[in-house]
Amino acid sequence: MITYLEAIREAQAKALADDPRVYIYGQDVGNFGGAFKATKGLAKEYPGRVLDAPISEDAIIGSAIGAAIEGMRPIIEMQFADFSTVGFNQIVNQAATLHWRTNVPCPITIRLPSGGTAGGGPFHSQSMEALYAHYPGLIVMTPATVEDAYSMLLEAVAIDDPVIFCEHKYLYYHLKAEALPTEAVPTGKARIARAGRDATIVTYSAMVHESLACAEELATEGWEIEVIDLRSIKPLDTDTVLASVARTGRLLAVGEAWPWGGVTAEILARVATEGFDLLDAAPMRLNAKDTPVPYHPNLWGTHRPTAKTIAAALRQLLSA
Amino acid sequence: MVQATAAPSVSAEASDTKARFLAGYRWMQLARVSEEKIASLYRGGKITGGVFLGKGQEALSAATGMALRKGDVFAPLIRDQAGRLAFGETLLDGVRTYMGSRLGPMRGRDGNVHRGRPLEGLLPMISHLGAMLPVVAGILLGRRFRGIEGTVGATSLGDGATSTGAFHEGLNLAAVEKLPLVLVVANNQYAYSTPTSRQFVCQDLADKAVGYGVAAHNVDGTDLGACLEVLYRAVEAARTGGGPQLVVASLLRLVGHGEHDDASYVDPKLRDTPLGRDCLLVAEQRILAEGWANSATLRAWQEDAHRQIEEAVTTTMREPLPDPNTEDWCALASRHLSEGSLPA
Repeated sequence: MITYLEAIREAQAKALADDPRVYIYGQDVGNFGGAFKATKGLAKEYPGRVLDAPISEDAIIGSAIGAAIEGMRPIIEMQFADFSTVGFNQIVNQAATLHWRTNVPCPITIRLPSGGTAGGGPFHSQSMEALYAHYPGLIVMTPATVEDAYSMLLEAVAIDDPVIFCEHKYLYYHLKAEALPTEAVPTGKARIARAGRDATIVTYSAMVHESLACAEELATEGWEIEVIDLRSIKPLDTDTVLASVARTGRLLAVGEAWPWGGVTAEILARVATEGFDLLDAAPMRLNAKDTPVPYHPNLWGTHRPTAKTIAAALRQLLSA
Repeated sequence: MVQATAAPSVSAEASDTKARFLAGYRWMQLARVSEEKIASLYRGGKITGGVFLGKGQEALSAATGMALRKGDVFAPLIRDQAGRLAFGETLLDGVRTYMGSRLGPMRGRDGNVHRGRPLEGLLPMISHLGAMLPVVAGILLGRRFRGIEGTVGATSLGDGATSTGAFHEGLNLAAVEKLPLVLVVANNQYAYSTPTSRQFVCQDLADKAVGYGVAAHNVDGTDLGACLEVLYRAVEAARTGGGPQLVVASLLRLVGHGEHDDASYVDPKLRDTPLGRDCLLVAEQRILAEGWANSATLRAWQEDAHRQIEEAVTTTMREPLPDPNTEDWCALASRHLSEGSLPA
């Protein structure tokens, strides 16, 4: 069995082995192996190519951009997605604009350990995907499975653009697979995680699993719920979403991030503008509450959507 | 074949000093003359957006560009026309970018001082001050990974940028990695309108080098000879394993922040101090005093500078402007992953 976290480690090992242009840079990623051990043992296996960085997110990202101009393929670990705000300027103004301004590609992969875990609190729990997806010039990946964590990270390194790789911390240890994949779904293609005919849940990352659990529960009541795993939110596979809504007539978009202007809003906007006639009921969405992410499990468990709250929303949608 | 020298008694070193000084002067003069033309085009409504001039900073800038060589990296800031030219940027690249020519390096997608050719070592600055410093460090880091030795990266900042997080993070990272990086700070006394007294309280910006464990150099930014000496020394130190070098030049910006700014906030008393000297006039006086050239030669050089910029402007005027209908509106290098902007 291999975990989601081990898949990320293995993908980085393969990238280092296959491509001399790849190096890893971030806080504590060297001999220590990273705060979550995503780079465990890599500094020893690839001497000089897995480097500890000072606590300087701006300079870490900025230096990766320079190295990419020089032909390297850096993988950057932000210790927590939340800390990427310190490097935000380099990501959205430098990395995201470089190719458009100069025709010189900027192939950097920025790994963001994302999302909530019990006890994480306001500054170790954030979901930043919508923020980065807002900016032109970035690709934003949100893998929900062990297989995708592995193959999409390899794809991220190969892509000639900056990739924001949102890996979910809650899935690090919870998710296991038999083996690493040998084939990959193309980037930008969503996956039907569960087929159904009564309603469509469109989601990504850890919420795929809450949604699947919800679909399982509703199946005992006779409902067949389709669950779409977006895999990447930029590009966003509108075609697969519309095709599903065409089958089910009902849409619920679920995201762990905050509601305002986020991924679920984008999905509803696209379906409402491009597939209004496909809808049998007003589309719905479910997000975290519009407050910072709380520390205590009692609060955190209610702050974000869960299988239970998704089921409640779905029942409302199905009765509409 | 060795050419005969006009003054055989002059040592080779002195002769180098003269040749270098005259070359520096000519870059300064070309920068001054070409920027005056850019300013007049701006006043005539031929340039959209801002115009940012380097008047008063040409000596420092030219010395920076000259001390670097082919294969090095330079991330200029907004007052580096002289350094850009000395580093190898053509006048056409500058004029085309200011006037939005589709044939320029930025193709109308970015303008004025935001121009460069990254693969030729000239980086196009973003507006966020200090942000180019880590990028230069990264290029040098990338070269280390690739086994490329002996090249230097330099970037320019102003006194205001020393207050940014990027300055701190970038210089510290460069120091940790012992990179061959030269950071040139033009202390021109004002960050836009803010005087240095509202920017920092240390006695001397060069003192900051101690905190980062890097070498520091002070220089009179109005003195071309001093700038050349210090910049060549700093670049050489970086090239030969001395790690990052912080150069702090004292001078006064002799124009507004941009051409929209009359700089009425500048303390008039400052203009009468040595800081307020015009480096181009100071250099000219030295050339005449040393007998390195006569005023007729200086005039001929100036006319040549006018001819060059007029030619670049005339060429650019005939060139196509960006066209929204043929613009591809795709921000990604991986075109197949672009969404929304491409035909379905």
